[in-house]
This record gives sequence, C-alpha cells and structure tokens, in this order.
Amino acid sequence: MGNFLLPLMIGARNLAFPKLNLISWYLNMAGGLLTLAAVLAGGIDTGWTFYVPYSTVFSNTFVTLAVLGVFVSGFSTIATGVNFIATVHYLRVPGMTWFRLPLFVWSMYTTSLIFVLATPVLALTLVLVIAERSFNLSIFDPARGGDPILFQHLFWFYSHPAVYIMILPAMGVISEVITCYARRRIFGYSFMVYALVAIAVIGFFTWGHHMFTSGMSPFAALVFSFLSFIVAVPSAIKVFNWTATLYRGQIGFESSMLYALGFLGLFTMGGLTGLFLASVPIDVHVQDTYFVVAHFHYIMVDASVSAYFAGLHFWWPKVTGRMYPESWARFAALLMFFGFNLTFFPQFIAGYLGMPRRYYTYPPEFQVWNVLSSSGAAVLAVAYLMPLGYLTWSLFYGTRALNDPWNASGLEWRTTSPPPRENFFGNPEVLGSPYDYHPKSAAPAEDDRIAEQGALT
Amino acid sequence: MLDSLIPAFLRPESASVQAAKVDAIFVGLLLISSAIVLLVVGLVLTFAIRFRRGSPAKRGEMPSVVSREFEIGWTAATLFIFVFIFWWAASVEIAAFSPPNDAIEIHVVGKQWMWKTQGPSGTREINELHVPVGAPVRLLLTSQDVIHSFYVPAFRLKRNALPYQQTETWFQATKTGTYHLLCTEYCGIDHSRMLGRVIVMEPQDYAQWLTRQPERDGLAELGERLFSARGCSGCHNAGSKVHAPSLAGIWGQSVPLDGGRMANVDEAYIRDSILQPQRDVVAGYEPIMPSYEGKLSDGKIQALTAYIRHGTDRFDLIGSLNLAPAQNICAPGEPPQDGAANQTLRSPAMVPGAPAAGETPP
Repeated sequence: MGNFLLPLMIGARNLAFPKLNLISWYLNMAGGLLTLAAVLAGGIDTGWTFYVPYSTVFSNTFVTLAVLGVFVSGFSTIATGVNFIATVHYLRVPGMTWFRLPLFVWSMYTTSLIFVLATPVLALTLVLVIAERSFNLSIFDPARGGDPILFQHLFWFYSHPAVYIMILPAMGVISEVITCYARRRIFGYSFMVYALVAIAVIGFFTWGHHMFTSGMSPFAALVFSFLSFIVAVPSAIKVFNWTATLYRGQIGFESSMLYALGFLGLFTMGGLTGLFLASVPIDVHVQDTYFVVAHFHYIMVDASVSAYFAGLHFWWPKVTGRMYPESWARFAALLMFFGFNLTFFPQFIAGYLGMPRRYYTYPPEFQVWNVLSSSGAAVLAVAYLMPLGYLTWSLFYGTRALNDPWNASGLEWRTTSPPPRENFFGNPEVLGSPYDYHPKSAAPAEDDRIAEQGALT
Repeated sequence: MLDSLIPAFLRPESASVQAAKVDAIFVGLLLISSAIVLLVVGLVLTFAIRFRRGSPAKRGEMPSVVSREFEIGWTAATLFIFVFIFWWAASVEIAAFSPPNDAIEIHVVGKQWMWKTQGPSGTREINELHVPVGAPVRLLLTSQDVIHSFYVPAFRLKRNALPYQQTETWFQATKTGTYHLLCTEYCGIDHSRMLGRVIVMEPQDYAQWLTRQPERDGLAELGERLFSARGCSGCHNAGSKVHAPSLAGIWGQSVPLDGGRMANVDEAYIRDSILQPQRDVVAGYEPIMPSYEGKLSDGKIQALTAYIRHGTDRFDLIGSLNLAPAQNICAPGEPPQDGAANQTLRSPAMVPGAPAAGETPP
C-alpha cells in the first residue's frame, strides 16, 4: 500500500529510487522463495524465534535455508525504508509542508525509520546463526563459551520494533478513514504526529520485556517494564484523538468505517492487555502462555488486519477504478469483527489459567477455551474469503469508480481512478492543511455524495 | 479480596504467597482496563449514533481552542495511571525478589523432554517435585541441552532454565495439592509433553515421604566423592604439595584475585573456577589448574558446589568431611540445623541493598 499511496499522497510521480524499488521487489521474492524452499524441503522446527542453542546446535532441520531467506528479504525491507525516507524528504510537491503531510505518510515515514535502524541488527544476528550452524563458530553456544541470552537481546531488538512496523501504518490508515467518513478534521494533528514518532523511538528501548523470565537482573527488568508502560502513552493519545474526531461529525457507516471503528475497540483491548504484560509479576505468570498470544494477535492481527481491510476498501476504487458491492463488504466487516473476538478473547482466559504456547496437546481443563478459539478461526476464514470473492467480482463487473468516490480530502483523490502512469496530469500544488473537510470553526456539513455512491453499487 | 470479583472458573488455582500478590495486581489492572475500554467503546458508540450522517443532533461551532488542553489533559492522565501501575507492580516485584535465608534448596535440571529435581537430602525425582506447605523453596535451575522454562501456574512462577548457566527463583506454597508443572520455552517436538507435577504436602506427610525415599547419597556427599575421584583433592587439600588455594571456609567470603580484584565465592564463582580456571586466579597463585569444561556434567558441578558450601557451613576441614545424609535434611518448615540459617546462602551481589563484594558487611 505504501508503494502505491506514498507518492500519490505527497503529489510525487514515483518513489525517489524506482530501480531500488524494483531490486527490493526481487529481493523480497528471492527471500520468500528461499523460505518457501525450506518449508517444502521439510520445514523447520524451531518456531519463528530461532532461539539458540536449539536452532544452532540441536535442530537438524532446514534452519539455515529459512534464515537465509529471512536475511535476504531483510535487505528488501531496508531498501524500501531508504526509498520511503528519501521520497518523503525530496519529492513532496510545493505546499506540502511537513505538517501538512497526511498521517498515513507520517506513519510510513516513522515505519521506514524502524526498517532502516532495526533490520540490520536482525540481519547480522541471522548471519551469526548461519555462521554458527555452517562454519561451526561459537557465538551463542554456551558449551563453547557463547551466550544464548545474547541472541535473545539481539533478536528482540529487531523483533519488538517489528511489531510497530505492523501497527504504525495501520494507525495511518485509520486516521485517513475515520476523518473521511466522519467528515471531520483530525483531532490534534500535531499530537498525532508526535505520538507516531514517540512510539517509533521509545519502541526501540522496550525489547527486554520479552525476557523477564530469562534470569535477567530484576533492575534491568524494571527499566524495561517502565519503558513499556511509557510507550503505551502515545498509543492511548491516538485512541483518544480518534474518538474525539468522531465528535460532532457526520458519520457514515461504509465498510471502511466499520473496519476502522472495529479497529478502535480491538486496538484498545490489545493495547491495554499490553500493560498487563509490562507489569513484571503478571508477565512472569503469563509469559509464553496464550495470554501473550491473545495480546499480540489483538494488535497484529485484529487491529492490523482490520486497518488493512479498511484501507483496502477505502482505496480499492482508486487502485482498480471499480466499486465493490457495499452491502457484502459491510457484512464481511461485521463478521470479521465477531470472528476476531471469538478467536482471540478465549485465549486471554486460557493463558491466564496457565495454558502455555506452542503446545499441540494440553491438560483437559483448557479444552473449552481452545474449542471456542478454533470455532472463531473458522468464522474468520469465511470472513477473510468473502472480500476475495466480491473484490475479484468487482474487478470485472463492478461499476466504474469516480475519481473521488468518498469525497475525501487527500491528494490521491485529485487524480484519475486508477491513476495514470506518472500519477498526475499536470503539477499538483497543496494550499491547505490535510483533512480539510470543513472550515476550522464551523461544523461539518452533511455530505450526500457518499450515500449516492453507496446507491450506485 | 478483590480477586473474588472474577468467577471461579475463570481464575487459575492460587496456591502460593506470590500468587495472591500477582492476582491482586491483575484484578486492579483489570478494573482500570475495563474502565478505559468501557469509556472508549462507550464514547465511540455514543458519537457514532448521535452524530450519524444526517442526524438532527446539534453540531454547532467547533471548539478548536480547547483541543490543546484536552491533549495535555489526557496525556498527563494516562501517564499518571500507567506510572502508578508500574510503581505498584515494581514494588511487589522488588519486595518478593529475594528468598528467605532458610529456604529449602532444590536443584532443577531441564532436558529434552523431562524435568529432573533434586532436594536438599539428595532425593531425586523425575517430572515430580514434592515440597512441604508453608516453607519457602528456592529453585536453582539449569538445563542439559536447550532453553526450557519452569512454569507452575498455581504459584504464578516461571523461570528459564539455561544451558551452562544457573538461574534461580523461589516460592512458598500455601495450599496442599497437586499442581501442573509445565515447560514454557519451546524446546523441540515434545515440548508440550514436558509436563510434571508439583505435590505440596503437609510438613509431617513430607517428612514421611522423605523417609520412604530410597536411601541415596546426599548431594554434598556425592560432591565429596567427586572431589577426590576427579583429582581436586590432589591439589586443593591442606597437605598437598601443589601450590593451590585451600577451599575450606571460603563459601560466602570475598577472596582477592590476581590484579587486585575481589571475588565473592558463590555458585557462579565456583562454576567459573571449575570451567574457566584461568579467568579469575586467586592472588598469590599460579594459573596452573586445567579446565574441566566438558569433563563434568552440570549435576556434578552442582554436587561439588554443594560440597564446598557444606564444608563451610560446618567449619570442617575440606577433605575430612564425613557427611551422613540425615544431618543435612532440613526439617520441613524449619531452618536447617547446621548454622546455615545465620549465613546468607545467596551471593550478596544478588541481594538488593547488600554490601558489594569487598566491602565489610555492617
């Protein structure tokens, strides 16, 4: 989405380095193929965390191949990050000042900073894992003087910020969608920007909260605990600002907006359960149980996927030039919200009762919660497949979309749907602030155009 | 208590001193979080209905001026609430970090895919751990292969078992019964079958259970035998011709090292001295000791450590210690009889507020 929208939203014709973008695509494919090859060759048995010494000394599976795949696609990530940062710095059209950037652009910018700063650490760590496996070096192997905990520090130094890689763009999408369907300026634009930057920066210093039970010093644990509480503050600010944006709006309930409102609830749940995990004594109890699984799925699946579908439905007409059947989309959105909660809420309870992660068999008292969760997954499967069906249908039979079907404010709506080869005819110029849905002091006027569009489909 | 707010079937069994404290924080956080969720969801729903498109609700002028005050207000409010929760959780954590001095010591070794435990009198169990109710129990964990994690949900207790390193934690059971012991660090194909039981017994039942166990050597006695069998005594005994430091009475002391540093004699120091003897050489001695890396298993190092410690506790000369197993059994719920209660068994560096190595204790 970033590749398509970022240049559009700042009025650029393309990313700053189109060829780098292409290399990045090839690298991503190559990395994906390598990992896929590892899976087809027999899979890996280490879990996604590759914890040493299990992954280096004890696993006989295709760890090296899979790690190589992740390593290669890491370069794709870094290249994309560099590309986005350069684009935002150099290709903004006249009038698009830093504080006129749409929040989605800000979110991609902060995400790119994480790409560029965190991914190299992961890449080096993975090289060390490969070196230990293939060349018999001793870096993490405790039997030869290595330190397995060092791996965890390096790994989480990337993998915690990686969570923000998934949620920051989601926050950007939600800011675009909520303003459009509430016909309101965003509440507290500058605070929304500072919050994004704060999450990206503080997020780098919270990795230790994955390791409270590893035997780390209790004082180190408390420092990480404190920072983990602090990083929740900007997230809370964003939730309050989105809620306040609804105030006195003209709120329409198109499918994108349903996803966005669902996001608000799901993200709040996921964020608050993060506070439980940031508290050391509670984390000691629920670490590596289903409570953690439920928490990060509320953030990374429920919230991120909701935002993904919100964005997909919001920009679908722009990308494809076609409209999709709105009532099907609304039904899928509601079903998905129900499915998310049915799948992951029982996991909070199972985890609090003591059900550990990565168990294929478990004591009988956890049965009922696992069954509930599994049935939720079935609902989710249906809800995920529905957009695949009606969006594919719309590609061929959907009505032609207008240039600006939602009467939205961003630059991307000032060009054709889909955009021409170089994005814009002529040279766009920005005169006002983003989300200019109503005069600053007056209430938003009722806008009939969206309703008409809904009727068209 | 607060936690009675949660219906019983949603509450995990609570059977330790720690569990009660964790549950109190959990319920407190649950109340705060529920309030915030209700607030956010309530506001979103209210706004969404009241200000739906074309609704007759009065919208009037936008009060754009107050935006800044609102922002600062809820930033400060969330910051205050979050820091309060942090302070609460942190103070509980700090207060409960150090085990009491008279804790029963259990060695735990994790391996693919079982838990091996060994009590103070040498009782060995596999996938089981018997402990008396009401007595603090200190766990010293290590692993023979990959990383495992020792988890007893009913005690709200979890600690990783790391290969070639020792971690520790403690608990005090408050209720008799049988509780799950689970592994919570993915350790291979049978990770989910790496289960065990912790059996909490009345002190008299525990004492009986101990007597029913087959007669086994105490850990320290095993250490004594290793001490001569593996050649340690050849150099470290008092009458030895080789110039090596005597180990009698060194446990818990500070010893001067080459280069002017001091070291505190604890589990970690002894382990390092056995595996990497060249690293910390005692002042006035030559670095002549060979490394035992790969020659001694974790269990054997634990036995040697126990031997050196007990030599200290009993103020006996090393090498002439003649331990009978019965002398080392801690009566359940009571401090050990041999004077260890007066002396901290932990490295002072690990006790908050304790004097650092080299300082004289007040």
